[in-house]
Amino acid sequence: MTAQDIFDILKVKFSDALTEKKFDTVQPWVRIAPNKTKEICFFLRDDSAMQFDYLSCLSGMDYNNGTFGVVYHLTSIVHKHKIVLKTFCTKDNMHIQSVSAVWGTANWHEREAFDLYGIIFDEHPDLRRLLMPDDWEGHPLRKDYKVQEFYHGMKVPS
Amino acid sequence: MIDQTMLQPPTLPTNYTVKQGHIKTSTGKTIRTEEMIINMGPQHPSTHGVLRLEIVVDGEIIVDCIPHIGYLHRCFEKHCEHMTNYQMVIPYADRMDYCSAMTNEWAFALAAERLLKIEVPERVEYIRVIMAELQRIASHLIAVGTYGIDSGAFTPFLYTFIDREKILDLFEMTCGARLLYNYIWIGGLSHDLPPKFIEQAKDFVEYFRPRLKMLNDLLSYNEIFVKRTANVGVLPKDVAINYAVSGPQLRGSGVNWDLRRDDPYSIYHKLEWEPQVGKGEMGTVGDCWDRHIVRMHEMEQCLNIIEQALAGLPEGNVKAAIPKRIRPEKDAEIYVRTESSRGELGFYIVSDGTASPFRVKARGPAFVNLSVLPEIAKGAMIADLVLIAGSIDIVLGEVDR
Repeated sequence: MTAQDIFDILKVKFSDALTEKKFDTVQPWVRIAPNKTKEICFFLRDDSAMQFDYLSCLSGMDYNNGTFGVVYHLTSIVHKHKIVLKTFCTKDNMHIQSVSAVWGTANWHEREAFDLYGIIFDEHPDLRRLLMPDDWEGHPLRKDYKVQEFYHGMKVPS
Repeated sequence: MIDQTMLQPPTLPTNYTVKQGHIKTSTGKTIRTEEMIINMGPQHPSTHGVLRLEIVVDGEIIVDCIPHIGYLHRCFEKHCEHMTNYQMVIPYADRMDYCSAMTNEWAFALAAERLLKIEVPERVEYIRVIMAELQRIASHLIAVGTYGIDSGAFTPFLYTFIDREKILDLFEMTCGARLLYNYIWIGGLSHDLPPKFIEQAKDFVEYFRPRLKMLNDLLSYNEIFVKRTANVGVLPKDVAINYAVSGPQLRGSGVNWDLRRDDPYSIYHKLEWEPQVGKGEMGTVGDCWDRHIVRMHEMEQCLNIIEQALAGLPEGNVKAAIPKRIRPEKDAEIYVRTESSRGELGFYIVSDGTASPFRVKARGPAFVNLSVLPEIAKGAMIADLVLIAGSIDIVLGEVDR
């Protein structure tokens, strides 16, 4: 199934949640609304024509203009087709719906995105920092990140 | 002065409560029971690095297992954004999975090449395949050898390291380094093969085939080893896919999925080889033994690939396609995945049109494979946890990045 076919099926079911698409790139992507991710992903996973059972990668993004986002790379092991989903949020409202109920692998990926970008995944079962210590200040992968000067009395090299 | 609060361990998930209860003994006495929390690691020998497992046990049985990672975190992705050239990322990519550096640098180089739309010469592709497959053998040898130690068999470890040494010698004569190579560059290679490489690689393939059989006799079909690993830590197919497990661990669960065949790159489609799948020969499909035997069989397939690649090696200049100036288009982005020794190693690169990448996300197979550990470990015995964690074959450099 091509990206166009997938988009057409999604368009019928979730017309208002699909806001943007780009098909003239190497890896075509579809933009979905941040409060509809779970619903759409459940459909993509369970629909027999789609069967996106494998979430390859989930990456947090900081676009350096106040916009943050998450990029999902999906694969179907059965049908061997791929699609890229994107969803965006702003710095004032860093909420995106979690998809860890859909794919177990999203749990750690989302914790990582929360840790390094500060994106809050609603309905995530265990949203704690993953790589940085629990009491670290700030989110290191943000473009405007400044390293804290001291951590528990130790000078942090910058 | 070190702050005392630092010494307190991180807490369990907020919604977790340790269960308490009462049981009656045979003499009619009532005693209090409570689940116990035990820390395994970060310096436990069977965690293969600095991984801390917080396990909640009811007697000998694991009720819950919470991995704590990040001890080796050095923010590889942030480093990449500060590089002034894409080529400078390659040595950092080496250091992610330090047991399998060749496949790492290949994955990054491939992602950058697809971003820049560079075609590399045929000879480069062949050499890359030879190197990656040699690396896969070296990496699996560590996995198999240390897995022997986890299960109480010390001798196979010594044998595997003798053989691995021969592969490292081949790498050393090619690029001078034994572990972290910086050999595969974007668009080419740092050196062509040295004069006697082909001869020596052929010798190695010939030497290693009988050694594999010996290793199988020594470890894989050893009765004690089979009893310790068969039917232990079963990872069902659907759970494996749901957790996006990849590599030998996914194939061990009976899923026939190998990116070298299913999302082809380089020249793998021209070569004859078969992905290896766990069949539950000794117990259940997806148990620890299956994951182990998939690695053993895979090494044999690697030898087949190396033999064919050595035979078909074309002439050419390995530096011809290396670009002088690397500047992908603005807003170009790509996710490229390759089959590293541990599974799907993907790089998601976003460019902003400058000489340094705007965003690099490394999707490490060890990171994802480890995330399924709590699912497998629940209900297992403490002694088996060592074997389950060993069968996943993690490298903490890649888990923490």
